[in-house]
Amino acid sequence: MAHTSAATVAPGRSVWNGGVSPMGASYGKLMMWFFLLSDAFTFSGLLITYGLIRSAHPGYAGEVEAFTFSTEYWPVPEKVFEAVPFLHGVELPLVFVGIMTFILIMSSVTMVLAVEAGHRMDRKAVEKWMLWTILGGITFLACQAWEWTHFIVGTDTPTLVKDFVNGEWVTKEVFGANLRINQYGPQDFADFFFFITGFHGFHVFSGVMLNFLIYYNTVTGVYDRRGHYEMVEKVGLYWHFVDLVWVFVFTFFYLV
Amino acid sequence: MAHAQEPQVTVIPPDKEKIKKLWTVAGILLFVTIIEFIIAFTMGHGTLKTAIFVGLTIVKAAYIVGEFMHLRYEVKVLLWSILIPMIFVVWMLVAFVYEGMKFSEINF
Repeated sequence: MAHTSAATVAPGRSVWNGGVSPMGASYGKLMMWFFLLSDAFTFSGLLITYGLIRSAHPGYAGEVEAFTFSTEYWPVPEKVFEAVPFLHGVELPLVFVGIMTFILIMSSVTMVLAVEAGHRMDRKAVEKWMLWTILGGITFLACQAWEWTHFIVGTDTPTLVKDFVNGEWVTKEVFGANLRINQYGPQDFADFFFFITGFHGFHVFSGVMLNFLIYYNTVTGVYDRRGHYEMVEKVGLYWHFVDLVWVFVFTFFYLV
Repeated sequence: MAHAQEPQVTVIPPDKEKIKKLWTVAGILLFVTIIEFIIAFTMGHGTLKTAIFVGLTIVKAAYIVGEFMHLRYEVKVLLWSILIPMIFVVWMLVAFVYEGMKFSEINF
């Protein structure tokens, strides 16, 4: 596997003169790295815009216990995300997000174990760990589906929100959220929730698809015939990146 | 497609040390997340809290990129080709959040 750290070249010739891989990685792996760099910029764009809009809105100044939803200030995230499936009405701030984080980190571990097994040409172990990784990805997506549903449907008590209807301002009771009106805070808050977690969720979804492809190729013996399991490594890079982005989304959207 | 001869594959036995190290990294990631949770519910909101969260996030990111994505062990040229462009992100973050604070002084 491409793990030789230094390329050997004839004396007097630069490693950049061709014929060797100066970065010690295959073309495909290198391009995956640079794709991930560009993807990191895209996510940075979303998260930094979130930071811009959030710091442009007044924060909630009172006690956290007395917090109520209002479009006047940016909501405290732990008061928005406090629901857990099957525990209706119980306030468990950030617990469900914590579970989702745990699931994604664990699926990252199983992925790195699949890559390790691939280095050893151990088909059975790659199959096992890829299956665990796919399961982790699907579980994460299911959790996100539930979280979105809860966010869209809303809480038991509505929030009074001013809305511009037929040329005049009316105050109405709003449950949940969509891209135009929401009960949690300024409209930008809900919009960023949908865009940032949605864009990340889409990455998880495509990651699961790629993982399945790798699993299929492993089972059918494609990589054994090819003589190496480098595809597992490349898709592994993508999957770890998805986990990496979640670490940032978790901090900047849910914790801060 | 006719089934060609299955290639002879020799499976190398697992290196216990290496696998143990991977689980250790996972343990560190989970531990840091738990620390973040504790801080989230015991500290008042403020600049210090945000700074701690950003710091811990960078620690987690370094472990994921360095160990799981194996970047620490790659050729240094590759490492720097990935890390140096991140300067733009840092600049953009500082510039835009500063700008946002100015917006809030003007608009609200």
